[in-house]
Order: sequence, then C-alpha cells, then structure tokens
Amino acid sequence: MTISLKPSNPTPKKLQPTGWLKYLSFSLDHKIIGLQYLVCGFLFYLIGGSLAGAIRVELISPLSDFMPREVYNQVLTLHGTIMIFLWIVPVVNGAFGNYLIPFYVGARDMAFPRLNAVAFWLIPPSGLMLITSYFINGAAQSGWTAYPPLSITTPAAGQIIWILSVLLLGGSSIFGGINFIATILKLRRPGLKLMQLPMYCWAMLGTSILVVLSTPVLAGTLILLSFDIVAHTGFFNPSLGGNVIVYQHLFWFYSHPAVYIMVLPAFGLVSEILPIHSRKPLFGYTTMVFSIMGIVVLGLVVWAHHMFTSGTPPWMRLFFTIATAFIAVPTGIKFFNWVATLWGGKISLNAAMLFSCGFIINFVLGGITGVALAQVPFDVHVHDTYFVVAHFHYIVYGGSVFVIFSSIYHWFPKFTGKMLNENLGRFHFIITFIGFNLCFAPQHWLGLNGMPRRVAEYDPQFQLINQISSVGALLMALSTLPFLWNILQSILYGDNSGDNPWNALTPEWLTSSPPPVENWEGEAPLVLEPYGYGEKDSNQTQEKIK
Amino acid sequence: MTSIVPKEQSSESKKDLSTEEHEDFRLFGLIAFLIADGMTFAGFFAAYLTFKAVNPIGPDAIYELELPLPTLNTVLLLVSSFTFHRAGKFLEENESKQCQKWLLITGALGLAFLISQMFEYFTLPFGLTDNLFASTFYALTGFHGLHVTLGSIMIMIIWWQTRVPSGRVNNENKFPFEAVELYWHFVDGIWVVLFIILYLL
Repeated sequence: MTISLKPSNPTPKKLQPTGWLKYLSFSLDHKIIGLQYLVCGFLFYLIGGSLAGAIRVELISPLSDFMPREVYNQVLTLHGTIMIFLWIVPVVNGAFGNYLIPFYVGARDMAFPRLNAVAFWLIPPSGLMLITSYFINGAAQSGWTAYPPLSITTPAAGQIIWILSVLLLGGSSIFGGINFIATILKLRRPGLKLMQLPMYCWAMLGTSILVVLSTPVLAGTLILLSFDIVAHTGFFNPSLGGNVIVYQHLFWFYSHPAVYIMVLPAFGLVSEILPIHSRKPLFGYTTMVFSIMGIVVLGLVVWAHHMFTSGTPPWMRLFFTIATAFIAVPTGIKFFNWVATLWGGKISLNAAMLFSCGFIINFVLGGITGVALAQVPFDVHVHDTYFVVAHFHYIVYGGSVFVIFSSIYHWFPKFTGKMLNENLGRFHFIITFIGFNLCFAPQHWLGLNGMPRRVAEYDPQFQLINQISSVGALLMALSTLPFLWNILQSILYGDNSGDNPWNALTPEWLTSSPPPVENWEGEAPLVLEPYGYGEKDSNQTQEKIK
Repeated sequence: MTSIVPKEQSSESKKDLSTEEHEDFRLFGLIAFLIADGMTFAGFFAAYLTFKAVNPIGPDAIYELELPLPTLNTVLLLVSSFTFHRAGKFLEENESKQCQKWLLITGALGLAFLISQMFEYFTLPFGLTDNLFASTFYALTGFHGLHVTLGSIMIMIIWWQTRVPSGRVNNENKFPFEAVELYWHFVDGIWVVLFIILYLL
C-alpha cells in the first residue's frame, strides 16, 4: 500500500502562519521543526549556562556564601538536567537530525511528520515545568542522576516534577528516534544505498537505536521511583527492604548510552563538516560506519563502570572494565579517520573548521580520561570527585557543544541564506576554547587531590584552582556574546550566501538556501558520492606521500 | 569523481509533488515503538528478578501466588489473540458483520481479563506497600493491566469503525486494524513472559 503525500484536508493557505510566526506553530515541515529544536535548545542552553555561572560564582570561595546549600543543590540539579535533556540531546539529535536527515536520504520530509511535531512540542512545556518547579517549594535536589535514597528523602514536589519532566522528554526522544529509524531505513530515495549515505545518517541511525532501546528503561525506573516517593513503596528504599543498586543499574543502563546519544550525532556532524572545509573525501567511510555500530553495541554493555564504588562484585568490575576499554577502539578509529581526512587537505580555517578541530582536541583529552576512569583502581580513587566532572565536561562540552557551534557556523547559510561573520566566529572560537580549557582542565587536578563534586563548600586549599576555573567559566559566558551578536547581525544585515557557499557536495546544498517547502523543486538529486572532493589535489598529495 | 545526477537530466523532473507517493511504513514505526515499550517491561522484569535474587523479604511475607486465576487470565488473553486474528480474516474477506462479531468477542475477553485481574487484586492477602515483592507484583501487573485497558479501548474503537457502511476501517484502509492487532499480540506476549516470571518461577 502507498500513501499519497497530499494531505486529505490541508489547512487553507490563508490560515497557515507566515514569517516568523510559523516557527511558533504546529508545523509539520522538518526544516521548521529542526530550527524550532535549535532555537528552543539554545534558549535552554542560556538558562543552563546561567545556572553553571551561579555554581562557579558560589565556588569562588570555600564557604557557601553566595547561596544556601539547598539552593546550590537545586541549581546543580537544574543545570545538569537542562543541559543534557533540553540542550544537547534535543539539539544534536532533534535540531540537526530533523533538518538534515530528509535531505540526506533524498526525501521531502521525515517519515512521520506529525509525530515529529508532537515530539518537539513536548519539549518546551516540560522544560518550563522543570524550571517552574524551582519557584514552587524548590526544584529537585538530588542531581541529574536522582539516586535514591537521596531523591526519596529530599522534598517530594520538586523531585516529582523533575521525574514527570524527564519522562516527557524521554517520550519526545523515543518518538524522534522511531522517526529517524523509519526515515533512514525506509524513506531513502530509490537508487540510494545505505553505504552511500552521508555519515551523519549512520550516526543518527546508531543513536536512534540506542534511544529506542535504552530510554524506555529509564522511563520504567523513574515510574518506580515516583511510586517510592508518592505511594511510599520500597523499591529503592533500603529502610523498606528495597535495593538502591537496582536503581543505579537501571539508571545507568539508560544514562551511559545517553552519553553516546549526546556524542554520536556530534561525530556524524563533524564527519560532514571536515571533508567540506578541507576539500578531501572523508577518510575510511566503511570503518567509520562499523565503528559507529560498534560503539552502539558496546555502549549498551558498559553501564556498570559508573558503579565501581557501589559494591559491585569483582567479576562485574572485570567485565565492565574490559568492555569500556574496548570502546576506545572504535572511538580511536574515528579519531584517526578525522585526522587522516584533514591530512594534506586544503584546509580553510573558518569558524566551523576551528570548532571542529577544537572538538577533536577536547574529545581526545576527554577520551583519555575516560579510559583512565574505566580502570577500577583509579576509578575508586577519583569517583565522585571533580575529576569526573572534568572528564564529563570534556566529552559533552568540549565534544558535543563545540560541534553544535561548528554546525551552526557551517549550516547557518543553509538555514537563512545569509553568511555569518567569519572573524567574529574565529574570535568566538578562541575565547570559548581558552575559557573552556581554563575552566575544566584545572578540575582534573582538583579531583585527583580529592575535592568532591556536588558540594557547595570545600577545603580552603582548593580555593586558588577553583578561582582559576571560575575565570574560565566567565570567559565561556562572555564568549556567547560575540556569537549572539554575530547571529543577530547576520540575520538583519548579513551578506547573501548564495545556494552553496562552501561548494559542498552533500545533498542539502544542492537546493536553494533556504530550501523550498518540500526541499526540491523537481525530483531529489541522487548523490552517490557525498564526499567526492578534490580528486586532482588528493591525487597529487597521494603521489607525494608515496 | 562525483556522481550527482543533476535535476535537469533526471527522467521526470518537475514532477507534480502532490501526487508523489511512498510506501506505507506506519507498521514499521509501530514495531519500533513496541520494541521500546518492550524494553520498559524488560527493565521491570530485570528489577523484579534482581530483587528476588538479592533482597530477602520477611519470613511472614507471602511469596507464593495462587495459580488458578492467573492461568484463566492467560487462557483468556491467548484466546483473544486468536479471535482477533479471526476477525482480521473476515475483514480481508469483506465480511464486516462477522469481523465485528469477532472483534466484540475479543474486546469482551480483554474486559474479562481486566475483571478477573481486579478480582485477584481484591482477594490477595497483601497490598501495594506491604513488602518489596508485593510492590513489584502490583507495579508489573498494573503496568500490564494499563496496556490491556488501552488495548481494549482501542479494540472497541476499531469495532465501531468497522461498521458498514459509514465505518472508516475496511479492507482498503486496514492499517488501524493491523496496528491494534499487532499491539494486542504484543500485550499477550508480554503477559506470557510476565506469567512465567511472576507466577511460575
């Protein structure tokens, strides 16, 4: 059976919103939904970033003098939850996925446009609900992990709102994942094979598989946790005979793959950006595909490395240490492929390229500390210290957020038809890169010396390093200003970019910028080699290498 | 070597977009959703089995469950899967009256399952918060019961929509029927696993 693309009773033309109003409507156009995700996510990023600023201000001095401890805990919980569930996951998956995947598979929209819109519109209300909980009896205080018994003993209202909000966001994520799987596997243009798709499609396919398999487990766990809080059952309450370790297992069964849900799409985006700005084919396409799928499989069986100090038995420690170390293999393959893509290329050091290179550097550092953390003797030493905070932020900020900025610089001409100011972009990169490393590199030292995370007060001996870290955070906060100015300036007065300012070969650039409603005027172009750049140049370089 | 087929050269450029068609993959999407739903149950089962393996509960706590009623429930659901399938056969043969009859039987079996489940709840010697086993028992069967409730409601909707001549579900528009049928078989399958893990193990 086939489905006509023509809706049976379309909304009359004059009732359809135009101009910027369409971005506030229940639009079914994947490009509008993608930008809705992006802007909405960025607004939450600003809120989450302000909360991070508040945390760094509090940590300038060893005493909790900027805000009371309860407020610190709430700020910390909101910061983590907002950044993960409302900024990185929706933006690397929802925003760029929705915008790019239909182009890449040669379709006019996602497989299930209505489900797509529903998935987006679950996000703003649940985000607002989460933030509002701060003003009603206080937000959740138990961190983004919501470990019981802490989450059971802290005030219930905030925790329940947190659970409901995360459940809604998880639902949105699952709907999005189903949509991506169906679009990539089923909606491909005739004649386009899976192994000819741009790398981002593979990254999104892997990510969506992780989303569909692991998010429901988190949902189930949070439902049980809410029973503990509201109905006073004892699933995770030791005083009622429950077992907190089971919560940790179920939670990390989602939340370890969640790291890959945040970073795999970023891998895909970088794999799109690097070949275009270095004018070379993506190195090792097939190994890239297999390493993505390898990460998906391994990512599902490493969760207990978060629990080495939770009384895990020795066999479990051994298994999860080895499995985690194995993940370094596919990740390392991807890293070397990126470097080899750059090698001998005609690199243009524009903002998109700089942020992607920043990503590679930061991600290697974060990856190395990750392998270190997987080793039980070391992990037992630094567990729950600032070392973990530093490692995690190197992956999700130095990794994913750098890629988000890189992607915004790269695809802004596609979104709007206007160019961004490259010099302002380079300036933005330099402050962000310095600020980020200044903020998080010293935290490795703090953690190694035993400063616990998630605590508002600390030993005075750590004050100087904390202050350096706070200066870095200030730089990161300031770096947002040139970026915002750049965006505003370009939307209002930017130069026209033309349809394809980067001379790219991937399908989204083979239509007008911004693209028409159904993506292509005629039939979708059949792009069999999305990375066929600079054959002449690369032949010469290959001869030189020989 | 870039092989891009330019749009000017492609065989049918300037196609009429409104008549373009693609294959129906709503069932594919539903299967992906059911896999996700199944993972929720998998999480619950994993929690239950771990609790049972490592958490001792008090000596006076009820561990053993009566078998007759849940066995009846299993039979009810399995038969309802069969009757649903039967209704599908009649839908294909355009015999709406027969199809509706079998759908009604399926819905009635679902309802009977729920009543029987409620009856079991009221006769059990433990409540939701009595001990860990009790809590897990109610969470698992309750979550499954929620699925049966939703399924029964959807069966009733399908039953209403297969009426002739004004119903919207027929041999030409079978997707709603197939979707509910697939969902119903899924709920049955989950019950069989649940029955084995919760009552028999």
